Amino acid sequence: MPTIVRVHAISRREASLRLTSGRGASKIPHVARLRAILFGLVTALTVLLACGGTAPAPALGRIRAAGVLRWGGDIQGGEPYVYDDPARPGHLVGFEVEIAEAIARELGVRAEFVQNDWSHLVPSLERGTFDVILNGLEVTESRVGRVRFTRPYYAFAERLMARADEPAMKPELLALKGRKVGTLANSLAFEMLRGTADTVVYDGVEEPYADLVSGRTDAVLLDDIIAARYGAPKPELRVVGDLREGYYAVAVRPSESDLAESVDSALAKIAASGELQLILDKNHLWNERQGKLASWSTAQQRAMLGTPPPPPPLGPAHALLFLQGAGITLLVSTLAMSLAIPLGLLLSLARLYGGAAVARLASAYVEIYRGTPVLLQLYLLYYGLAPVLKLSALAAAVIGLGMNYAAYEAEVYRAGIQAVPKAQLESALALGMTTRLSLRRVVLPQALRHAIPNVTNDFIALLKDSSLVSVITVVELTKQMTITAIDVRTWMGPGLLCASLYFAMSYPLGRIARRLERKLEGEREAEEAT
Amino acid sequence: MSTTDEIASQLADMIVVENVRKAFDGRSVLDGVNIRFTRGKVSSLVGPSGGGKSTLLRCINGLERFDAGRIEVGGLSLGPSKRARPSRAERATLRAIRLKAGMVFQQYGLFSHMTAVENVMEAPVHVRGVGLADARQRALHLLEQVGLSHRRDAFPRELSGGEQQRVAIARALAMDPEALLLDEPTSALDPDRKAEVVRVLRNLAKGGATMIIVTHEAAVVREIADHAVCLRDGRVVSEGKPSEVL
Repeated sequence: MPTIVRVHAISRREASLRLTSGRGASKIPHVARLRAILFGLVTALTVLLACGGTAPAPALGRIRAAGVLRWGGDIQGGEPYVYDDPARPGHLVGFEVEIAEAIARELGVRAEFVQNDWSHLVPSLERGTFDVILNGLEVTESRVGRVRFTRPYYAFAERLMARADEPAMKPELLALKGRKVGTLANSLAFEMLRGTADTVVYDGVEEPYADLVSGRTDAVLLDDIIAARYGAPKPELRVVGDLREGYYAVAVRPSESDLAESVDSALAKIAASGELQLILDKNHLWNERQGKLASWSTAQQRAMLGTPPPPPPLGPAHALLFLQGAGITLLVSTLAMSLAIPLGLLLSLARLYGGAAVARLASAYVEIYRGTPVLLQLYLLYYGLAPVLKLSALAAAVIGLGMNYAAYEAEVYRAGIQAVPKAQLESALALGMTTRLSLRRVVLPQALRHAIPNVTNDFIALLKDSSLVSVITVVELTKQMTITAIDVRTWMGPGLLCASLYFAMSYPLGRIARRLERKLEGEREAEEAT
Repeated sequence: MSTTDEIASQLADMIVVENVRKAFDGRSVLDGVNIRFTRGKVSSLVGPSGGGKSTLLRCINGLERFDAGRIEVGGLSLGPSKRARPSRAERATLRAIRLKAGMVFQQYGLFSHMTAVENVMEAPVHVRGVGLADARQRALHLLEQVGLSHRRDAFPRELSGGEQQRVAIARALAMDPEALLLDEPTSALDPDRKAEVVRVLRNLAKGGATMIIVTHEAAVVREIADHAVCLRDGRVVSEGKPSEVL
């Protein structure tokens, strides 16, 4: 299930976006989240419009006329799905490339790969960016309600891993009750664990196993392909067992049944001829579980798809989860700001009044924290430091955001301190005050007052930036929204609910900041007039 | 007998400036200045802009350091320094000098977040450790002296420039300095406000205060000063009675 791999890839992309967005290291990240939410909203609208639109044109005819089958996937998912050939950069390889080419050949056209963020594959299929998805898309109940799945081309197992020195763990779902189990958000494993285990959700595939080794979790449940590649090589871990099977299948738009049937028969032919086995074998993916793919029956297909229950409506239970998420967001932001304010003050004083060496160190702190993505800082703090300092996710979130925002607060205070007229500091010194007393009695009380509107504005930004801590497994408001959106199969409701909660938290603060700003401005004008 | 004379003259000289030199970025601002300021007299530093008057005043108070020479304030001696940050011993000397010589700035420098009376009380309470009640009583008395009893609870932004400058003078006096250094105290004020401030200064002079006033304004010099020194290009070009120097 490359779900995982892909989500990981996206977080990396977000990181690079942040890196290149100017001031933004910590101010911009929510843009990426916001973009995801907007994308979801726009997609939902598009789908609504499309539903009431024209009758579907025969898809197969269109594809044959163009001579191309466009298939969507994400290269960043990596081995063994679709990836750049290390020996020939720019040339794609992977078992899915070979399957796509085989299907296209059966349809009498050539295959063309279309790169797309993994998490947006289904919305992109709906809006027509490509003809099919062929990229480790696991057949799950929520997806069955949205796309039409063909017969599977790979059967995987949900593999449970635990630490080697804990032989008591049993390969049963119920045995995980109340235990901390790592997996990926919205994966099949995530759906299985819901209501049983204390699920810890990750965006990447390395991290769940790293946290399992370090004892932050008790077990990890993920696809066997991932377990084999990222978990099994760690000597501290052992395979407990497989809990159930799952399938990767090609996804087609529900309206294009002619295309779905053609892909189905192409897959059937490839499987029956032994070509599929050859491809999987070549990629070291063949095992006895794949045997049934060659003789896949309609009964098996029906069983695989199941009868998806209608998506649960967005109800009070969700609202409660959202409120909990908002509570976490508020908690993380408030604690982080309580750390950022004194630390930032210390940094600004060190820069302005410390000795040369101290001032240089403080400047280096500010420049490094502002010049690197906060996402990276969170990763290093939580995963990088794990071998020597095992912080809890919440502590890492508060410390990570707090230390990052301290760099910004330091600059706010520095500006506030420098805004105090020099004549006041000189008057204080001339009255026999020490520099320290002058700062405490004259400069800082005014500087802090001048800084309040900016600090308030920074706190609003922090409320939104706190969504980043989901990468270190803290489920806050935005993470809750993305989880719920996939659960109820629409982004519109959860997106609006999430947005309104953020708005409810930040709008009053914005009003307060503006009022203070106006008041201070009035005072400043009065001072300048005399 | 000559020794007694020396002692007498030392006692008479509140502030002594000896061969003081200072350059900013290689440009000489004070070029070997020698002046003696007498105790109980009002001296005035005059001369064209950039002549070095304000810089000399700031050197006396230790807000600026100088490159060569010596300055003595009430028996405390300050030597040249090139270091940006004074040493611990230097800091102690600087503070002691500042307690002997209070300073009033052209831009008043009142603490914006404190009322008039709080501004005056601040240093006695936090530097000298005077009790709040005593400090307040003294501050109110000083405000009365500068004619501002009725404005004691006003913030600086609510005061006119002349009122702010008078509070600044009261604030400097609250530390009982042996001398008062005034850097262009009336330059930022309109004529009526100037008159208020000059009246306060004249009263102080009558009371026998030692003052050094840096000013551009001939009227102020004539009205208050006993002695005038003209600085041009960092040198003393004339010295004597105000009428002679002007």
